[in-house]
Amino acid sequence: MSTPSGTADRYPVPTLRQSVWLVATREIVARLRSKAFLISTGILLLVSIGSVVAGGIASQNQTLPKVAVVGSAAAQVVRQAGTLAAVEADDVAAAEALVRAGTVTAAIVPAESQAGYPLPLRVIALSATPLEVIGVLSLRPEVTLLEPSKQGEGLVYLVAIGFGLVFFMSAITFGSTIAQSVVEEKQTRVVEILMTTIPVRALLAGKVVGNSIMAFGQIVAIGLLVSIGMAVTGQHALLGDIGPSLVWFAVFFAFGFVMLASLFAATASMVSRQEDVGSATSPVLVLVMIPYFLVILFNDNPTVLAIMSYIPFSAPVGMPMRIFLGTAAWWEPLLSLAILLASTALVILIGSRIYANSLLRMGARVTFREALRG
Amino acid sequence: MLSIEHVSKRFGTRQVLTDVSFDIADGRLTGFVGANGAGKTTAMRIILGVLSSDSGDVRQGGVPLTADDRRRFGYMPEERGLYPKMKIGEQLVYLARLHGLPPASARRNAAELLERLGLGERSGDLVESLSLGNQQRAQIAAALVHDPEFLVLDEPFSGLDPLAVEVVMGVLGSYAARGVPVLFSSHQLDIVERLCDDLVIIAGGEIRANGPREELRERHSSPRFEIRTGDDAGWVRTVPGVDVLEVSGGFAVFEAQTDAASQAVLRLALERGPVLAFSRQRPSLASIFKEVVQ
Repeated sequence: MSTPSGTADRYPVPTLRQSVWLVATREIVARLRSKAFLISTGILLLVSIGSVVAGGIASQNQTLPKVAVVGSAAAQVVRQAGTLAAVEADDVAAAEALVRAGTVTAAIVPAESQAGYPLPLRVIALSATPLEVIGVLSLRPEVTLLEPSKQGEGLVYLVAIGFGLVFFMSAITFGSTIAQSVVEEKQTRVVEILMTTIPVRALLAGKVVGNSIMAFGQIVAIGLLVSIGMAVTGQHALLGDIGPSLVWFAVFFAFGFVMLASLFAATASMVSRQEDVGSATSPVLVLVMIPYFLVILFNDNPTVLAIMSYIPFSAPVGMPMRIFLGTAAWWEPLLSLAILLASTALVILIGSRIYANSLLRMGARVTFREALRG
Repeated sequence: MLSIEHVSKRFGTRQVLTDVSFDIADGRLTGFVGANGAGKTTAMRIILGVLSSDSGDVRQGGVPLTADDRRRFGYMPEERGLYPKMKIGEQLVYLARLHGLPPASARRNAAELLERLGLGERSGDLVESLSLGNQQRAQIAAALVHDPEFLVLDEPFSGLDPLAVEVVMGVLGSYAARGVPVLFSSHQLDIVERLCDDLVIIAGGEIRANGPREELRERHSSPRFEIRTGDDAGWVRTVPGVDVLEVSGGFAVFEAQTDAASQAVLRLALERGPVLAFSRQRPSLASIFKEVVQ
């Protein structure tokens, strides 16, 4: 190669990895400087920590219903049960007054006569028989559950919404960010300079990597905040239940998001104006929304969850849900992850082809056939 | 030296380039001239590797260009564009680093170029806050920031005010002086005429003329002469072998069939009195362009 003078200190051409990293860094910095991004992230983090704190407060108020006790026998029963909080009252009249005032749910006082009852105690309540108090005082036969549920129903619903919402929000936020950034480069034509500078696949990979790091960082931040919040508000038991599925969620999310990001980039590259981004990427949006609605509607349906946990688009929500419910065998997340990895690789291949073929086509929307054929 | 060899390109049913061949020599400014849709941008994109050609290739010193070679090229596309929400200085550093410059040299080059193009004060401003002319200067800086070994500029002068045209002409000239081959296209034939050393004229996807500017003018000049004398030049009509095209006062334009005839006019004029000017008319670039494109 005939080297012109003046360029004696020739710099080495950067490797693919270096180029990808440069593009990714620019994406990250651009994101961190965007006020819209910082505000939406702040809100998301506040909402997650807020829900944990609210849950903690609610559960603490819930666990110990207060009962008024009169006499040592009643006090001892309540102390042994451990599920009720005793409020000492001087006599039956005082206990009744507490019940009427609503300070306690019920009162346990000495029985007036023992006829017909095995315990020398009487329960006073306002309008309905207080079952949680009766339960403490009743004889309990042996109970055998044929299909014991590992988690409470309400908790299952909350966790389902949590996984679904976080996946949905992050995928939409960062998916549309990547779509906009692709069209911005196309619309401002800077893409032509970029294409003459680095390989197209480095450009696409850099965008996907940069935005995936941001999305993953957000997920990890939410996970950490939720875990710390649970630990601080004393919900250790819940943390132990939810911990493993949180970790799997993060793993599935990392790969699932890369796949979605490639799809967002590829579909966005087919249009030339920001106004058209929405319609171009709407098929991908539907793919993101379906698992969100499915997990909320069918979180108690094992068949739907089982199918969801293997379909690449819904696996990041479906599989952690099943792990939380304890219905997934140890090998199932691994198999599902393998399927997800294979489909991610395939989507990246097709996506980068569409991307490379569409970048220089300005004006009218590029059709799928043109984009694939080149 | 960069050689474009027998490059053809078709978009669907439209043949955009047909067997295009020309050279871009080291240290020379090559002007690339053609009407809209003649194939200039397509040819430049093929040189840069953004588009692939259907046949033919681009060689440097006889060896086909690789992607790595092309990363040392500088390109200013006709469709201008930089990131609107990025600071100019940062943007230039980013582009330089994509080309492979280490961070320190990238920063130094960006600062020097902005200073030279009169944008030194604006380094920290967002691109979208610049006036159109200044965006244009920033765009030129983007093509130069990595010290390219070959420069391709598509319409670098469009949208520039006369002052900026001078600045950019100076910058391009200094790159050529360092031995860098420079290819630029322009509609403004007067600028091409002043600036370029070599000329390539394209029409309908075919190269119609190409070579050193002076050689082209020589090749396309007619046997037409101008003479300016102290008194009336009407007598020129009487010289044998000469067709007079225009006479006004002491000024005459004539076509001489032979060299002897033109020399005879000069001799006769000197006998009559002082000759203020005598020259062969050289065609302007515009007229060469019109002639070869038709």
